[in-house]
Amino acid sequence: MSDIVQGLEGFLERLHIYAGLRPILSLVIMLAAVFAVAFAALRGAVRARWIGRNTAAFWLFVSPWIVGFLLFTGGPMVYSLILSFTDWNLIDPAEFVGFANYAEAFSDPDLGQSLKVTLVYAAVSVPLQTVLSLAVALLMNVKVRGIHVFRTIWYLPSLVTGVAQAVLFIWVFNPSYGLVNGLLRLVGVEGPRWLFDADWALATVVIMSLWTVGGNMIIYLAGLQDIAKELYEAAQIDGAGRWRSLWNITLPQISPVIFFNVVTGLIYAMQTFTQGYVVTHNGGGPSDSLLFYVLYLYNNAFSFFRMGYASALAWIFFVMIMVLTALVFRGSAFWVYYESQRPKARKRGAHAG
Amino acid sequence: MPADAKARAVAGDGAARRGPLGTRILALTLLVIGSAGFIYPFLWMIATALRTPEGVAHGGASLWPVQWQWSNFADGLDSFPFWPYLRNSLLSTLVPVVAVVFSSSLVGFAFARIRARGSGPLFAVVLSTLLLPQEVTIVPQFILFKNLDMIDTLWPIIVPTFFGSAFFIFLFRQFYLRLPEALTDAALIDGASWFRIWFSIYLPLSRPIIIATAVLQFMSYWNNFFQAAIYLTTDRWKTLPLALAGFQSVNGTDTPLLMATALVITLPCVLLFFIAQRHIIGGISFTGSK
Repeated sequence: MSDIVQGLEGFLERLHIYAGLRPILSLVIMLAAVFAVAFAALRGAVRARWIGRNTAAFWLFVSPWIVGFLLFTGGPMVYSLILSFTDWNLIDPAEFVGFANYAEAFSDPDLGQSLKVTLVYAAVSVPLQTVLSLAVALLMNVKVRGIHVFRTIWYLPSLVTGVAQAVLFIWVFNPSYGLVNGLLRLVGVEGPRWLFDADWALATVVIMSLWTVGGNMIIYLAGLQDIAKELYEAAQIDGAGRWRSLWNITLPQISPVIFFNVVTGLIYAMQTFTQGYVVTHNGGGPSDSLLFYVLYLYNNAFSFFRMGYASALAWIFFVMIMVLTALVFRGSAFWVYYESQRPKARKRGAHAG
Repeated sequence: MPADAKARAVAGDGAARRGPLGTRILALTLLVIGSAGFIYPFLWMIATALRTPEGVAHGGASLWPVQWQWSNFADGLDSFPFWPYLRNSLLSTLVPVVAVVFSSSLVGFAFARIRARGSGPLFAVVLSTLLLPQEVTIVPQFILFKNLDMIDTLWPIIVPTFFGSAFFIFLFRQFYLRLPEALTDAALIDGASWFRIWFSIYLPLSRPIIIATAVLQFMSYWNNFFQAAIYLTTDRWKTLPLALAGFQSVNGTDTPLLMATALVITLPCVLLFFIAQRHIIGGISFTGSK
């Protein structure tokens, strides 16, 4: 493909097109060709009455997504599977090595460490986030005054994400003059060295992750407001107390939302990268205690330029996430409650307003 | 509009279902204590950004005294090429915002309204990509962009957004499904094309979901670090998160400057939140409801 790009860029150069625009224009020309072929094919299919006009229109409408999928997701997936059987440093020709990368992965102590870090982090942070955000949402759902203010306060930290959040928490947990140890000193306790201590570093990142539960909390709050009031009234008439209502109405009713948040939270937690990268200056932290899987993958690809091995790591990661998600889906049958008939009338009433 | 309605519902509709007084007082107390602890690091960040280095050493955990060292902001931004980085950040954020709104709306509309063979299975594929972490495809994507001669430009960040994002396609589809179908039928009888129906009828009606999409997309790309760290290798196109990460490793000891810079970089998101709060909350709540 790089030959075509080179050719197109040479052509654009002769047209005196500004150098910064040449790569994108080459891409646009190639895509235009693809779309033109697709358009002609769909037109022909409609003329020949193989497909209806609507079907043709539909595929034309979704074609941007399909092209994007082939270019940036589907194609790369296949390509990375092929790459994972090679040894390639981007410069020398790729060399086919069979299953050597996978064999290496299974005996790579750093990979083992990164798996441990990532799985422990996900296993601890996701349940804690779920409990915390649901608890706060439940508190706010008791009709207290000033819910606006509370909601803003709990959501605000979610806006400090990524690098800014990492930078802030490096100082919040600074052993000598950070916020947390400062507070602990007020009660006469000398705090741990947090991010600088191999035993505490991961726990610190878990605490960091709890600071941004605001988004989840809002999703729960919306879910709670969606529960039909009649259910509670009926339960009250039957003499159910507050806890029984929580256990038998609120939690089952909101379980699909919990399920949604657990699945997305799990996938998100597995992908943790920025915290490890910024906190440790891309080093992995004390005794590699913050060597998250994606950080290790990144290092293999873009620091050691081991594209084949990094691709193998990516596929192992992919399979792992699929298995974990499948397990959560399987397990969900036992605790997620879907109403056979949702109160449609109320929903329709909502958007009429 | 459902998103609006949700936002209003979340805001609390007054007397709907008040608990007994005791429960309300307990909930309020817990909320006040929790909120105080939760917002404290944020306030501490602001206080630290306004202190002198000596003030930080003495201040410890307290929010007071603050030395009101406003020059920290200017000094923090002066310590790296702030304006070029700001331009890069804006380019790599605003172009994707526009692109993702149009492309996701177009595709979402097709899934919601055009009945066609293969629509259902294809939508399942779209949804399943939501579960796929981007890291899995990052190596081939890097090679792709290298072949396209786009390394160390903003294109690798911008280009994929022109093809829609599965998450926002899903949001738009859900939104359009709730609009009355009569809109489409009437226009079809009048002989309007599907493109016309999308562009002149559905798109103008999508204001709440467009705002929610735009803001959520802005926030995620404004803070985009993973891709930026991979594709942007020289100073020319670096974005603010990269600058901040570099700043942390170089000037790691000058806390006030660091906090001031981090605050400046967070500021657009905070402002945006206060301006579009209703839509953001509507959009986020919308995510969880299937």
